[in-house]
Amino acid sequence: MAESAVIATGLVKHFGDVQAVRGVDLEVGRGEVFGFLGPNGAGKSTTISMLCTLLTPTAGSARVAGFDVVTERALVRRHIGLVFQDPTLDTYLTAEHNLRLHAELYGVPRAAFPDRMQQVLQMVGLWERREAKVSTFSGGMRRRLEIARGLLHSPRVLFLDEPTVGLDPQTRASIWDYIEQLRATEDITIFLTTHYMDEAEYCDRIAIIDHGSLIALGSPEDLKASVGTDRVRIRTEDDERAIALLREHFGLDPSISEGAVTFAVASGEQFVPRLFAELPVSIRSVSVARPSLDDVFMSYTGTSIRDAESGDAANQRRSAAIFGRSR
Amino acid sequence: MASSVATPQAVRVPEHSFTGELRAIRVVWEREIVRFASDRLRMITSLVQPLLFLFVLGTGLSQLASGSTHGTSFRTFLYPGILAMAVLFTAMFSAASIVWDREFGFLREMLVAPIRRSSIVLGKCLGGATVATFQGVLVILLAGLVDVPYSVSLIIEVFVLQLLLAYTITAFGVMIAARITQIQSFMALTQMLVMPLFFLSGALFPVRNLPPWLAVLNRLDPITYAVEPIRHAVFGHLNLSAETRAQLDPGITWFGWHVPTLLCAGVIVAIGAAMTLVAIAEFEQRD
Repeated sequence: MAESAVIATGLVKHFGDVQAVRGVDLEVGRGEVFGFLGPNGAGKSTTISMLCTLLTPTAGSARVAGFDVVTERALVRRHIGLVFQDPTLDTYLTAEHNLRLHAELYGVPRAAFPDRMQQVLQMVGLWERREAKVSTFSGGMRRRLEIARGLLHSPRVLFLDEPTVGLDPQTRASIWDYIEQLRATEDITIFLTTHYMDEAEYCDRIAIIDHGSLIALGSPEDLKASVGTDRVRIRTEDDERAIALLREHFGLDPSISEGAVTFAVASGEQFVPRLFAELPVSIRSVSVARPSLDDVFMSYTGTSIRDAESGDAANQRRSAAIFGRSR
Repeated sequence: MASSVATPQAVRVPEHSFTGELRAIRVVWEREIVRFASDRLRMITSLVQPLLFLFVLGTGLSQLASGSTHGTSFRTFLYPGILAMAVLFTAMFSAASIVWDREFGFLREMLVAPIRRSSIVLGKCLGGATVATFQGVLVILLAGLVDVPYSVSLIIEVFVLQLLLAYTITAFGVMIAARITQIQSFMALTQMLVMPLFFLSGALFPVRNLPPWLAVLNRLDPITYAVEPIRHAVFGHLNLSAETRAQLDPGITWFGWHVPTLLCAGVIVAIGAAMTLVAIAEFEQRD
């Protein structure tokens, strides 16, 4: 089948007066790992729910695994795997029993089940624990079991909604190992959402969504290159004055992000000595960074993803002042 | 943690089929049974209430009732009502599992599967019905303690009526559960519904010479159509004079017309079917 794994055209979703998604167009090729980035409330989950047939679009259309998400819902569902942000396991049953339930619900041939179960459980390192009740599993093990379950019926597209949220860094890394492994061994497209920028680096391509619209789409490298500038963060004795001076004397466009004055310049290393020489506000610390995905997000939205999540930047500033340095 | 990956072998899943729906119904049904069987405490606690009614209330009230039971023990009179009650409470409680599943997320796993919502609803209703009937059978086993003979035909008749009632009540519960997201709200609501349904059904008194308002409510209560045939079956196996029988087991009448047992069963089935359809429609509406 030559068709792309996911094609969305002008997807719109309204909830009453709220426009959760305002016209999303995207195409994900087969075998791609596609990341969907954005702060909470940006429309990520709503978009993914429409692609998974859990919500009916207000307007627009989408095809997933070659089927229409409105008119061929059952076919879409049969060919996708879903791992939600919130757990959907039956914790009173064993890992194996959970997988068997899934196999029955998805019509996996009984004869094929034992081998397939072994494969997916080995892939996520839970084969030895198959007879244990899920209630005895840690958060990371449960997430791995959900991923295994999502793969059980050999879906063409695996949707992972925030697969690593709420997990400790080590477990997060191991989940990513499994996703990498999966990409290598199965003929599958992976569509995931995350609000961890560092995780987006693992994706072939990412889309950034904010306020219901796509604002950037491309490979992490391309997006970083499009920002093109270094990012300088300084902490000063008087941020307000520093901002005013940076604007007047240096012609820059600084803003406060996560408690530090942040601005973009073409060449950070050369700019710093000038800064110390010419800025009459005392500087407590300075850092220069090559563009990261955070900066990509910032250059497209004018705010960092964490600030966008906290609601308003002023709030963030206040808490930074109270709790000292946040980084 | 490191895992040796077996050569991946994709499974081929057949497209949508009737057999697929049957497998789904079966697995949803089976899960209800497995959950119930692993919950010994629930098995015991749901027996406590019927036993309290039968032996404590039955024995206590027999002092007052002895004048009007024509020599029959009041416990024997209560027994058919308790046969219905055991099923009623367990079936309603079984339907709570849908709310439970919603709260703990598993409902979502079922709702996103490529199966019809009706298969989930049917599996749940049949599962709840099976569990509740099992509880009912335990009360059938107590027959000897209240001087009711263990006759095969009686046991079969009561069993079938219990099964129908169990199904209908579970469907009723599932219908309510479709709209409720919290287990506390479900418990409070069903508690508010179950008690009036139970009292109005005539499980605790003969439906004879009732004041008109109570007679009307009694005829409108679906449980009535299970309690009366069960009582009829039980009393048919006791040695009672025709006069006593008429006093204690008057049967249901619609405007003076005596409703036969088979029609009573039909009423329960019809209500059960209607509730199932409403429940399916409700689950199909929800995304």
